[in-house]
Amino acid sequence: METLRKFEKVWEIIDQNGRDSSRLIPILQAVQAEYRYLPEEILTFIATSVGISPARVFGVATFYSLFTLKPKGKYHIRVCNGTACHVKRSMDLHNALQKKLNLRDEKDTTDDMLFTLETVNCLGACGLAPAMVVNEEVYGQLTPERANEIIDDIINAEAHNEQDTHRL
Amino acid sequence: MNKTLIGFNKIKTDYIAWENAVPHRVLVCAGTGCLVNGSMKVYEEFVKTIKEANLNVIVELKDEEGDVFVSKTGCQGFCQIGPLVTILPEGIFYTRVKPKDVKDIVETTIKKGDILHRLLYIEPNMLKVCKETSEIPFYQKQRRFVLGNCGMTDPEDIREYIARDGYVSAARACKDMSPEDICRTILASGIRGRGGGGFLTGKKWDMARQQPGDKKYIICNGDEGDPGAFMDMGIMEGNPHSIIEGMIIASRAIHADEGYIYVRAEYPLAVKRIRKAIKDAYTLGILGKRILSSDHTFNLQVMEGAGAFVCGEETALIASIEGKRGMPSPKPPFPSQSGLWGKPTVINNVETLSTIPLILSVGVNKFREMGTENSPGTKTFAITGHVLNTGLIEMPLGSTLRDMIYGVAGGITSDDGKPMADGFKAAQIGGPSGGCLTKEHLDLPIDFDSVKEAGAMVGSGGLVIMNKNTCIVSVARFFMQFTQSESCGKCVLCREGTKQMLVLLDDIIEGRATEETLKILEDLATAVQKGSLCGLGKTAPNPVLSTLNNFRDEYEAHVKYKYCPTGKCKALTKFTIDENLCKGCMLCAKKCPVNAITGERKQVHRIDPIICIRCGACIESCTFGAIKGEKL
Repeated sequence: METLRKFEKVWEIIDQNGRDSSRLIPILQAVQAEYRYLPEEILTFIATSVGISPARVFGVATFYSLFTLKPKGKYHIRVCNGTACHVKRSMDLHNALQKKLNLRDEKDTTDDMLFTLETVNCLGACGLAPAMVVNEEVYGQLTPERANEIIDDIINAEAHNEQDTHRL
Repeated sequence: MNKTLIGFNKIKTDYIAWENAVPHRVLVCAGTGCLVNGSMKVYEEFVKTIKEANLNVIVELKDEEGDVFVSKTGCQGFCQIGPLVTILPEGIFYTRVKPKDVKDIVETTIKKGDILHRLLYIEPNMLKVCKETSEIPFYQKQRRFVLGNCGMTDPEDIREYIARDGYVSAARACKDMSPEDICRTILASGIRGRGGGGFLTGKKWDMARQQPGDKKYIICNGDEGDPGAFMDMGIMEGNPHSIIEGMIIASRAIHADEGYIYVRAEYPLAVKRIRKAIKDAYTLGILGKRILSSDHTFNLQVMEGAGAFVCGEETALIASIEGKRGMPSPKPPFPSQSGLWGKPTVINNVETLSTIPLILSVGVNKFREMGTENSPGTKTFAITGHVLNTGLIEMPLGSTLRDMIYGVAGGITSDDGKPMADGFKAAQIGGPSGGCLTKEHLDLPIDFDSVKEAGAMVGSGGLVIMNKNTCIVSVARFFMQFTQSESCGKCVLCREGTKQMLVLLDDIIEGRATEETLKILEDLATAVQKGSLCGLGKTAPNPVLSTLNNFRDEYEAHVKYKYCPTGKCKALTKFTIDENLCKGCMLCAKKCPVNAITGERKQVHRIDPIICIRCGACIESCTFGAIKGEKL
């Protein structure tokens, strides 16, 4: 039953795109928006539904950097490392956050699935370098200290939420 | 006059009459930069505060009722001092406006007509207070032609675009001009592709026009991937209708009936505004069947990219729209012969398309008055890095680097943002495909040909300015790392060559290089240029080659003397402990991963330079700032 419900939404997305294999990228985008990542079994399901090989679907899903086959944390932090941010030392932000969240280059998501830390090539907020984006919220003219504060605020807010849920 | 133009005239006269009937207009910048600084809250605060002041506030012009008209605009360019607010009709330009300032603005400026001095822009070099944008050097020295409406109009209101004579050029192209006429006019204007290549737009169109077949496509390339460039984003967010109009004219010129706007997914606001603009254009019969009361049909849709820099390359972009991996294919056949689904396709950059309607409305001669003989018109640049004023600017082609850096951008700054009079080192133009320009190029006219001769390229217009404290080898490495990770992997020389070049640059930065390294690096760079299919690989070595050319001594210092002249390369730095500041807390000794630091509690500590691996962990651990990295 659970699996059926999982695929129901995918069906809908594939139908909206006319089961057209040329609409593969919009389909994957919509699926990822729904599940926050691309589960493997769904990729195979999409391949069969639009009539192309799973290899092609995996090929496309792994080619583009916005697609992810691994689940991401609840807060997706992307530190901009475009040229303007880079010359304003954006990697210091990245390193500071990596240290704070106890992450490494090979391990970009925290164990509690709260944070994922990545870099991104230019957000277009170059006038406000260095910048980072947490989910949809963009922060500009940052320092490592300020970036740490932003993360602390999120951690605190999450802790409060948890307490509230326990109380309920 | 045709039916649509009569309809447009009514929209225009109504809009202007209503606009004139409302005494005040507040323009709040809602470009990405100002949004980051919180301009949405400022906008909401305006609407709320004006209401509370018992004035009739409107956010959409519908009739003549209203005291204050509050609008969100596209990017006004001067992102650094945002959020920006302009009060019309006086044209007062307020900077760094926070929600708490709104009440004062409403009370002082809107109600009493007085100026709130504390929010005006102060020109830092001359300490001059500027009331309007025309007094600010950042704007004075620009020629805002394509960006003219950006920041002065509401990008989400099609009626305002029409009221500023929008879609008149498209109507003329569809009704009164033949495809040959259009191609001839665009060719005569001499406009060259603003996306990087600098190919004549008119020629591209004419090639596609002459192709047989009744199915053709026009694609707008909004996959602006160059890190440090956001010109196209500014236009897509600030004036999306100009792009649609340019595409209609292009579609008429080549007989295309279908089009795509391919937008980078990292620009969610641009995607949203373009989608709205397309929807509104369909409602008014500007898109669809028999548009603008002519017999021309044109359908347009948005395609969101999925994060691949290589998709800025025409053939890769086409593959991406077809639902494949974005890998380029060999040219010829050119897209204008066989493009999307094998049909003739014209791909133009956002800025190019946005310029087209203006060429038709001002005329070829007027357009050619700007810029140079071979590079007419203006060009937008995103000027960032170590300059006082960063932001989106527009200059006539042929302006010098000096005009841009010292005229518009207000000069060079140090790492902490303070003015640094003699600080200019290099300007990286054209992103990862471009090259470095140096002091000797400050008076070089920036146009497509002369920049190319200097070993760089105008590219899409990213301009990153670097001060003297920037290590040029690290900059080259940064670009190499970018192209290396963005290489699609099709051509061996691009895939493996860029990787090996990166390894060589790492060797230089980390002090492992020998004199042979530079030679291998140069050989490899040439090989990658020759052995790659598309623009990405062909231009990937440019930053390395141009920096090697212009700053060879800096490379040699790294290689021969293991010395980084700017002191930025950690591995070439000697770490020392200041005897006067060290308190002997032993923290650094504990943090050192190789036990290079020795010393007793409450005694000055020492670093053994032979054991030290220069990781910098001690600097971070020291709470007294006693450890410093010195040039080796």
